[in-house]
Amino acid sequence: MRKHLKILEYALSSLWRRKFKSLGIIAVFSLIIFTLSSILLLTYAFKREAMEVLRGAPELIVQRISAGRHEMIPSWYGKRIQEIPGVGMVIPRYWGYYYDPSTGGNYTVMAAAGRGDRKLEMLSGKYPPAGGEVVVGKGVAESRFLSEGSRIPIKGSDGQVRNFIVAGIFTDESSLLTNDLIIMSLMDFRDVFKTGNERATDLVVQVFNPDEVENVARKIREIFPDTRPITRKEILRTYDTLFDWRSGMVLTMFGGALLAFIILAWDKAAGLSAEERHEIGILKAIGWETSDIMELRFWEGFVTSSVSFLTGLIGGYLHIFFFGASIFAPALKGWSVIFPSFRLLPYLNPYQVVVLMFLTVIPYMAATIFPSWKAAITDPDVVMRG
Amino acid sequence: MILHPGIIALVIGSIILLVMLLFSAFLGLLIIVRWDMESSSAYQLSLERKTYLISSVMSFVLSFEVLSIFLFIYTVDDLHRQFVGAMCATGSLNANPVGWYLLYLKIFLFFLSALWIGINHVDQRTEGFPLVRLKYTLLIIMAPLVAAEVYLMLRYFLNLNPDIITSCCGALFSGEGQGLASSLSSLPARPMEYALFLTAGLYILICIVSLRVRKSLFRYLVGLMSTVFFIVSIMAVVSFISLYFYELPTHHCPFDILQGFYHYVGYPLYGSLFGASVLGMLVGVLEILGHRFRDNTEIEHYQRTWTFFSLILTGIFLLITIYPMVFSSFTLEGY
Repeated sequence: MRKHLKILEYALSSLWRRKFKSLGIIAVFSLIIFTLSSILLLTYAFKREAMEVLRGAPELIVQRISAGRHEMIPSWYGKRIQEIPGVGMVIPRYWGYYYDPSTGGNYTVMAAAGRGDRKLEMLSGKYPPAGGEVVVGKGVAESRFLSEGSRIPIKGSDGQVRNFIVAGIFTDESSLLTNDLIIMSLMDFRDVFKTGNERATDLVVQVFNPDEVENVARKIREIFPDTRPITRKEILRTYDTLFDWRSGMVLTMFGGALLAFIILAWDKAAGLSAEERHEIGILKAIGWETSDIMELRFWEGFVTSSVSFLTGLIGGYLHIFFFGASIFAPALKGWSVIFPSFRLLPYLNPYQVVVLMFLTVIPYMAATIFPSWKAAITDPDVVMRG
Repeated sequence: MILHPGIIALVIGSIILLVMLLFSAFLGLLIIVRWDMESSSAYQLSLERKTYLISSVMSFVLSFEVLSIFLFIYTVDDLHRQFVGAMCATGSLNANPVGWYLLYLKIFLFFLSALWIGINHVDQRTEGFPLVRLKYTLLIIMAPLVAAEVYLMLRYFLNLNPDIITSCCGALFSGEGQGLASSLSSLPARPMEYALFLTAGLYILICIVSLRVRKSLFRYLVGLMSTVFFIVSIMAVVSFISLYFYELPTHHCPFDILQGFYHYVGYPLYGSLFGASVLGMLVGVLEILGHRFRDNTEIEHYQRTWTFFSLILTGIFLLITIYPMVFSSFTLEGY
């Protein structure tokens, strides 16, 4: 045991003697690990965020499909669905998208009636909005410089501009969903989008027994073949796959960078300076075994990779959770003109660390083992003769 | 193919390890053919030097092989959310049945790797490399197995299709069905409890005796009993240990205990069990190889240490097993 510690001590001192070479490797390696850990941490954080948001999502949503595209659903569908045993309430929802030419953003417009009783954390003003009033998300308010009482013009499907008064501005527990939201009364919604009185965007179906959701969905499909019931589980699964896929894509893209680094590590380990050769020769001459030299090399690699690993991982952690993932968010988040600025919940599990280790430390160690053996077997007399 | 970070890590890691393993197996073949301890030629010297390379490469490769089984299980468990009908690793493995063969192969390789690391550890610390040929023969046997593992892994992950409706552990590990999993599950709980605690007690007893009495018979027994203990324990996990953790008399899944909902208790449970069995087997294997060494005191020292640690790990395994049986309000009296 003592012997191993002594060799470790020698490894540390020899790294310190060649500060610039070691620091160069550590800096590049840390950067690689920083990049990869940022990607991993960010996707995990997004996944959790999505799960958190969807926890409050309805168990079952029914949309109508016409010619393969989403259509407004007639309200009487809901009455028929309510007769299926095990179904509680059926709530029609009214929502759509509105393109705002002045900011270039796409807003989600919703009628207050269909929102159900989800918690809303109000910043200011009142909810629900009366006729002629709207409540807007924080993102909308910021991009259009709105405050309570100011006016927001919205152009309807008939081409006429209606001026709404901002009655309140809110934020939700997750800003990802409500940031681009405009809520108005049902009357106004129908007036703006000319949807007609008996049509909703989709239906939220309450099912008492969660195990029955699949059955209810099947029955709805049988009664109304032109509908598409979407269960919450399906949405969760899609998000899960989507984020895995995205992070996998980006990781694969950075594979090239990783490869370049491995070549660098190999090169650095293989190209020993005359001085280093001399040192190995002297060590062997004073009685070090080949296995001791290998161990020395192993400790050097170990120290280099653990220092870089920790630096990179901590860097990635700070980048994601304290600086809002400024570098990678655009690639992984999706695309939108107004997007919430948000702070993700810090989250790190051992699994991510092990995955990261498999992606970085294994290739590094693999690249340095062979050169370090090459160096360790040199005969002392060969090097010392010069 | 699902581009999951864990899958990418496993695939990249395994391919690198495989390349290194094939390289050392090739060197190993050279060594087996040309090794001549008596010779003092330059070629023999270069072979002896290559043994250093091989043992470093192999300790590295095999340590990660040991780690990778846990990464694999966690990844598979993490994937289950993407399959309709899956609730844990069982569902993901069912989604493409190749996964089961991969898991069995991985467990087998885990034991082989751990044995190799142990043998190598001893061999390097004794004079004259007595186990060189054996080690490298084992290496040449392992190389195709690891290649098969990488092949199966690629087949498994490439053909995973999220559209498949798979069956969950509740369907597979139930008393009514057919096949190995069901027969394990329908093993009656009470006799299985006796079987486990009898085997464990016997194993502990033999370990203690072999620590006291320096007879080679007991060391053989340690090796033999550790294997029996491992098999009985795995059966017990499916038959009744898992029931106590789930507090459900019908849920026999050996994978659900790995999930966060059960505080990841499966990892220390399986970790201690695998560790205890491997150490016990090593004691037996060393005893079989004992006659090759000139000096047996060193070997005995290792055997005693390993027996001791195997005992401790067995204790940990039993504690984790007994804890819910004693402290949870769940009982299996009626079953």
